[in-house]
Amino acid sequence: MPLLDVHALTLDYVAERRRVRATDQVSFSLDDGERLVLLGPSGCGKSSLLKAVAGFVKPSGGRILLDGEGVDGPGPDRIVVFQEYDQLPPWKTVRENVAFPLLASRRAAKAEAFARADAAIEQVGLGRFAEAYPHTLSGGMKQRVAIARALAMRPRVLLMDEPFAALDALTRRRMQEELLALAQEVGFSLLFVTHSIEEALVVGHRIVLLSAHPGRVRAEFDSRAFGLGGAGSSSFQAAVQQIHRLLFDEAPEGLAA
Amino acid sequence: MSIVWKAAAPVAPAEPAALPLPLAQRLWDSAFVRKALLLALLALGWEALARWTDNDLLLPGFVATAKAFVDGLQNGELPTRAGLSVWLLLQGYGLGVLAAFGLTTLAVSTRLGRDLLSLLTAMFNPLPAIALLPLALLWFGLGSKSLLFVLVHSVLWPLALATFAGFQGVPEVLRMAGRNYGLTGLRYVLQILVPAALPSILSGLKIGWAFAWRTLIAAELVFGATSGQGGLGWYVFQNRNELYTDRVFAGLACVILIGLAIEHLVFDTLERVTVRRWGVQR
Repeated sequence: MPLLDVHALTLDYVAERRRVRATDQVSFSLDDGERLVLLGPSGCGKSSLLKAVAGFVKPSGGRILLDGEGVDGPGPDRIVVFQEYDQLPPWKTVRENVAFPLLASRRAAKAEAFARADAAIEQVGLGRFAEAYPHTLSGGMKQRVAIARALAMRPRVLLMDEPFAALDALTRRRMQEELLALAQEVGFSLLFVTHSIEEALVVGHRIVLLSAHPGRVRAEFDSRAFGLGGAGSSSFQAAVQQIHRLLFDEAPEGLAA
Repeated sequence: MSIVWKAAAPVAPAEPAALPLPLAQRLWDSAFVRKALLLALLALGWEALARWTDNDLLLPGFVATAKAFVDGLQNGELPTRAGLSVWLLLQGYGLGVLAAFGLTTLAVSTRLGRDLLSLLTAMFNPLPAIALLPLALLWFGLGSKSLLFVLVHSVLWPLALATFAGFQGVPEVLRMAGRNYGLTGLRYVLQILVPAALPSILSGLKIGWAFAWRTLIAAELVFGATSGQGGLGWYVFQNRNELYTDRVFAGLACVILIGLAIEHLVFDTLERVTVRRWGVQR
């Protein structure tokens, strides 16, 4: 049984008194310890899918099962790392921020929460900044705090919504490296949303390719062969080209989902 | 492509990175010093004006007022009156803050609560608290209950308005993060909304404080004496009747000084240890 099973998920949202379909009958699944990337252009509903899995958006059709149980509403077994820096409460230091979900969800007592927070902060290399307030940190550091906060929770599945999209190219690259190193070290299950083909290939074990308006699954890729090391290789470039064609050109018959 | 490695730039000759500013500059940079200077100038102008008009009944000078003020302090009348006023104010303020918190919590929980809040604030916020005093006297009679009623009215609406505006300005991702950790109901309000909206709440508390203070003094001017003991407003009113104009000024000065002290000691400290420390307000 997969860890996360999303079946025929249809999401709608209401805009200007009209019901707009964000995704149509999207299905994918995530195994324990796997890293799955939802990749697609803007408007393909990939963020909506992630929010539905997180429990913030109610589906109009289909089902989401986590460990075989239906998801209804947000919960601390699925921790989200958002793109926006606002996700860190500015009134809490780095250490308090990381311990916050553990305490708020009553998963751990104070001593244990802070011990786990300290460990997670060390893992993302922010030990020196444990007592700093978020507004004194750079964008990359803030995202590291958000990741540490998610790691300290040890959720069943980590949900990341374009976590590096607001960072500059060099920092983004380094954060991808660090994320992969953390995955090696900790071993988490990850659902990752991005619009960058390169990032999808580097981060994911598997990629679900979505088309826009409304979001539908177009193809699924195995991308285990690509890591950060192979980013310049010709097979990597070929994969990028192939995905690019799938995203932006007319798909050949039979490939469209 | 060839890469030319440049040697690191030579270390600059030792020069202290931070030079201390001259004393005069540092003094001028202190808001307290600048404000104290302005106050001194105002007092000087006032004294000059009083000497020029030369009519103690209409305009006692700074020196005469200071003397009456010190007298009032020494014979214990001013502290007693001020204490009465402040104690009543704190009770009314506390009740108003509680009511505002309850109303805004209701407003963020349900749509009907939100409608209720916006309707009530639109109706009652523009209504001067003093205008309710006759009604309060009718309902609660002469006494501190009537004063509390108008005090709550003067604090509740502006604070509820500011708090609700603050709640609405809380970023969506912060809300989602809170719900993600399983926070709901009152815990969600207390652990996410209130701290996130604290800049607005603090400014609402400040406005509410000023409204309450002026309402109380004005209400005391109207009837003031509660069971034989009146507050500062009563002190001002009584001394005007007896034409002790210097004491009227001393009473007003006391009202101003208490206002200044609360603003600078309480609210500035609150802001320093919270919103300014968190970098959410300059």
